[in-house]
Amino acid sequence: MKPTQSMKLEIESRSVNESFARAAVSAFAAQLDPTLEELSDLRTAVSEAVTNCIVHAYRDSVGKIYITACVYPDGMFSVKIRDKGCGIADVPQAMQPLFTTLGGERAGLGFAVMESFSDKVRVRSVPDKGTAVTLYKRIRGKADA
Amino acid sequence: MSVTFQKRRDRVVAALHGDLDHHGAAPMRLEIDRRVCEDKPAVLRLDFHDVPFMDSSGVGLVMGRFRLLQTYGGRLELCGMSAQIARIMRLSGIEKIATVLSEKGDTDETDTKHETGN
Repeated sequence: MKPTQSMKLEIESRSVNESFARAAVSAFAAQLDPTLEELSDLRTAVSEAVTNCIVHAYRDSVGKIYITACVYPDGMFSVKIRDKGCGIADVPQAMQPLFTTLGGERAGLGFAVMESFSDKVRVRSVPDKGTAVTLYKRIRGKADA
Repeated sequence: MSVTFQKRRDRVVAALHGDLDHHGAAPMRLEIDRRVCEDKPAVLRLDFHDVPFMDSSGVGLVMGRFRLLQTYGGRLELCGMSAQIARIMRLSGIEKIATVLSEKGDTDETDTKHETGN
């Protein structure tokens, strides 16, 4: 299915941009007239994916994060968050709840939260090339509530 | 983002202000740890009333403070969580390491009961 609308955003992997990224995506999703809960879910999932780019993909450097959001005619909303960072060697392991390579202050819940707050999460990763995480969320909106 | 503190007997209440994402968690963590190391409170209560947004970085913050309190036998309490925050906390099974107070969190009555019960 072809999207009816799309939006592209390119930001640097600095933590100050986390709030900007989730605000920008939720502002773009506003055209679907989402409920507050749907918007909050979307913001949470986007925040996790962007944080992964910052703390994992570009761990000791600053790189670009590419965000593409699409609106589909059936009310589906997708957000792709892509980086050109270190990549993930073992995606299923990385997606396990509580698995973390950082320890200490990171809970290892990023993917678990993304999965819980979206309808579908797709992850494609190539070591040393980068990772693309696509979040799908059906927006039923206030009209349906 | 910032943290304000209130001391009530052997309890320190840390009220968190602002978004608790990876960016916001770092300065909050430093402020809380400084205070905990100074006071060594028996109970540290984290108050989320003024946290409009939280992602899993908030769980990391709670887990990290739990470890710090464990070094001297302190306890951790959480209060004032919105539905969104509570959902992320539940995903992490946080109730295994902290007492989650349902409403308001400043019900001193239940606290007293709990303390005399010990």
